[in-house]
Amino acid sequence: MTLHRNSVAPANARSLPIRQLVLTLVGWSIALIIFFPILWMVLTGFKTETAAIADPSFLFSPTLESYQAVHARSGYARFALNSVVVAFGSTFLALLIAIPSAYAMAFLPTKRTKGTLLWMLSTKMLPPVGVLVPIYLIFRDVGLLDTRTGLIIIYTLMNLPIVVWMLYTFFKDMPKDILEAGRMDGASTLQEVFFLLLPLTLPGIASTGLLSVILSWNEAFWSLNLTSSKAAPLTAYIASFSSPEGLFWAKLSAASTMAIAPILIFGWMTQKQMVRGLTFGAVK
Amino acid sequence: MATLQLKNIIKQFGDTKVIKGIDLEVNDREFVVFVGPSGCGKSTLMRMIAGLESASDGDILIDGKRINDVGPADRGLAMVFQSYALYPHMTVEANMGFSMRLAGVPKEERRAKVLEAAKILQLEPLLDRKPKALSGGQRQRVAIGRAIVRNPSIFLFDEPLSNLDAALRVQMRIELARLHEELDATMIYVTHDQIEAMTMADKIVVLHDGVVEQVGSPMALYHHPRNRFVAGFIGSPKMNFLPVTLTGVTPEGVEIRLPGGGERSVPVDGVHLDANATLELGVRPEHLVLDEQGPLSGQIKVLERLGGQTSLYVQMDDELITIMADGDVAYRVNDTVRFGFAPERAHLFDAGGLALTSLQQHPLARLTRQDNRAATESASPGEQV
Amino acid sequence: MNRTRASGRTVGGLRTLSLQAPAVTLLLLWMIVPLGMTVWFSFQRYNLLMPEMTGFAGWENYEYLLTDPALWSAMSTTLLLVGSVLVITVVGGTLLAVLFQQEFAGRGIARVLAISPFFVMPTVSALVWKNMMMHPSNGVLAWLSQSLGLPALDWFSSLPLTSIIIIVSWQWLPFALLILLTAMQSLDEDQVEAARMDGAGPLAIFFFITLPHLKRAISVVIMIEMIFLLTIFAEIFVTTSGGPGLATTNLAYLIYIQALLDFDVGLASAGGVVAIILANIVAIFLVRMVAKNLED
Repeated sequence: MTLHRNSVAPANARSLPIRQLVLTLVGWSIALIIFFPILWMVLTGFKTETAAIADPSFLFSPTLESYQAVHARSGYARFALNSVVVAFGSTFLALLIAIPSAYAMAFLPTKRTKGTLLWMLSTKMLPPVGVLVPIYLIFRDVGLLDTRTGLIIIYTLMNLPIVVWMLYTFFKDMPKDILEAGRMDGASTLQEVFFLLLPLTLPGIASTGLLSVILSWNEAFWSLNLTSSKAAPLTAYIASFSSPEGLFWAKLSAASTMAIAPILIFGWMTQKQMVRGLTFGAVK
Repeated sequence: MATLQLKNIIKQFGDTKVIKGIDLEVNDREFVVFVGPSGCGKSTLMRMIAGLESASDGDILIDGKRINDVGPADRGLAMVFQSYALYPHMTVEANMGFSMRLAGVPKEERRAKVLEAAKILQLEPLLDRKPKALSGGQRQRVAIGRAIVRNPSIFLFDEPLSNLDAALRVQMRIELARLHEELDATMIYVTHDQIEAMTMADKIVVLHDGVVEQVGSPMALYHHPRNRFVAGFIGSPKMNFLPVTLTGVTPEGVEIRLPGGGERSVPVDGVHLDANATLELGVRPEHLVLDEQGPLSGQIKVLERLGGQTSLYVQMDDELITIMADGDVAYRVNDTVRFGFAPERAHLFDAGGLALTSLQQHPLARLTRQDNRAATESASPGEQV
Repeated sequence: MNRTRASGRTVGGLRTLSLQAPAVTLLLLWMIVPLGMTVWFSFQRYNLLMPEMTGFAGWENYEYLLTDPALWSAMSTTLLLVGSVLVITVVGGTLLAVLFQQEFAGRGIARVLAISPFFVMPTVSALVWKNMMMHPSNGVLAWLSQSLGLPALDWFSSLPLTSIIIIVSWQWLPFALLILLTAMQSLDEDQVEAARMDGAGPLAIFFFITLPHLKRAISVVIMIEMIFLLTIFAEIFVTTSGGPGLATTNLAYLIYIQALLDFDVGLASAGGVVAIILANIVAIFLVRMVAKNLED
């Protein structure tokens, strides 16, 4: 792009190094400002509690004190396990339910397909608060309050529309010819799905799954309202730090770092494909 | 190996009919080309034969058996897709062997059959590659190989050459013709390119708006188009059309007055013509001859010199007439030229666009590619039929 | 023969239906059962603390709710929060997308850093901002303003809603950036060059070429953010608990207070119905917008 620019306006060529320098400076400053809270959190996690509340400084002797402390509080592992089980369980369930549905919509569309898709999306518009009370009462009555199963059910339903949508987008991108060639070669519907569709759309399915994991992992409304201790995931655990203000910044930071690190890395890895699915293919 | 019959095939999407009742016979070992402009229904027709699309009405018979309700894989057909539709995650060998793998054929047998097909198509060195690592022509050959492996009774080709560049297309055309001979199979081929149709077909089916306009050998279609559409579609550059006035009908033909006043008698059957019928004259660019005494004249607007030939685009009243002339003609743009034509090379179309029947059959009109082969074999080299 | 066609279509339709059935049924249940219950409860006297008080309440709950200034305050807080964050993220996201589209050293890493906050769980980002950034005595911002000789600001007591808006914007700005940047990469470079040949400067190119190209992506950003922003909860729960007073109580938080703190199921349900109606007004426009995007 820059090359083209030069060829169109050679006058710019001389000023280019300066332009480059300014761009680099501005770009990096903004990126660092945006990233700063995360960076600061990670750094604070390696400080002592005293250093954590002292005047801000990048110069300190790093310690694993806080990590050990968080680790020692038996709680952390349990909350983390809850997060993992709930995020992956709900994602697995959502994919299982969504794949046949998205397959039908992409390859056997009827007149109602578009309407169904839009309706599914509109259920996302239903604010959780609107149904908090009945869900809470139902869960209380059937004993799902503060259970992983309960959260998995909720997250599955919560992410189902987005998962169906994303899969639909990825499936629709798959050339129909290939499936037809498979049919000519004698593949049954199941064989079509397992030998052709799933292997070919695996990257899409994976990123859909990852987005679902990310959304479940970070979900806070239902986890704060439907769990208390037994099934509470990391979001709720971190929220419990909100009361004793300022006392355990280093530990809070260490715990938070551990809570977000896996998802942050997931996100970095899959950002490109996530955009495609998240925007329902409207943005390429 | 196999014959195909279509009986009053209709295809409807919602309220729109895209195929409006097609009857067709494809003989054993015939190379049949469906040709027509985009949207004419040729691909839909092929997809119905393949079983990828169901016919709304009518019967499809292979070897006399109705197969409307038989699944695509069980019809004994193989199809080569326009996009090749290779399985991108499988090697060439796996691509070609996929149908046999689904059918539960043992590995050894699969490999043997794939190798056999690969040999015919010179694909042996590529068997371990994935489609991504192949060139367009190679992918095309793999797609054909996948079809050959199935040992089908009928091959279906859906615009298989349209994604290739011009040079490769000529090469693949020759290869397909050779393959047809080697495999001795019935083949149905869909294209919008009339050159592909002319060069490869035993029988061309011209489709337009879901209707068969004409069925016949390439030479029959070229010399005796049934109507104005076929006349315009077959042949390149396109046939020229001129409005003419009917002046009389004799046993020898139809007498007409040309724009500019000249009169000619065209040897076609005009017995049923009204005295005041409106007629249109059709003459192919290669049949127009520059001639100082010719009955037609116009001003040259564009001149394209191809070396061996020169295309002249001549303005005549409102029409731009194309003339294929010799490569050495000395004319320049804006020159006025006179030209004419041999009456037996001309066609007349009535107001409905139907051609008046020629009184003489062109000697080559009944020639098929098979005859062509026989002819070249018997003729001594250098001599042309 | 017509039989063939009819049965063919039904079989295909049946197949489609059966494959979709699980997803559709679940979502239908998920929508209708709680929704029906919410509407039902909203007309009941139902307080978990007063089990003896039951029965049909008529419009009582709604009357109480609609005359309660808290509702109106919560609604305006909700709209203010959603509106401000949308403006900040869309405008900021567009500008950042233009910036990160330019070539500069280490652009790839800078981009990844800039989109990171989107992946941070809301409770973490709220706590980090509350304690380590905005803390009146030990926060980084307080330290910064003191170094500049200014008095430190107690963010959450003097500018509570602004603080929340900053936190939420920080979370969603990367999302807008991510999507708009992707959209920008699909901008036809020939178009830009043609405009440059026509004498368009950088500003003209931005307003006449880039921005129209981004229209669709921007509408998608607005829609998705709206879905999530209307129900912001954790950030408020962790930082201000809706206070001081009602300053940061949005609709979601108000219902939470009524249901799970005051145990007034009837009143909370009425609030839920109001929230649903509000969301639906928004949704009608948004779904149309997406539907339009689907057309092409």
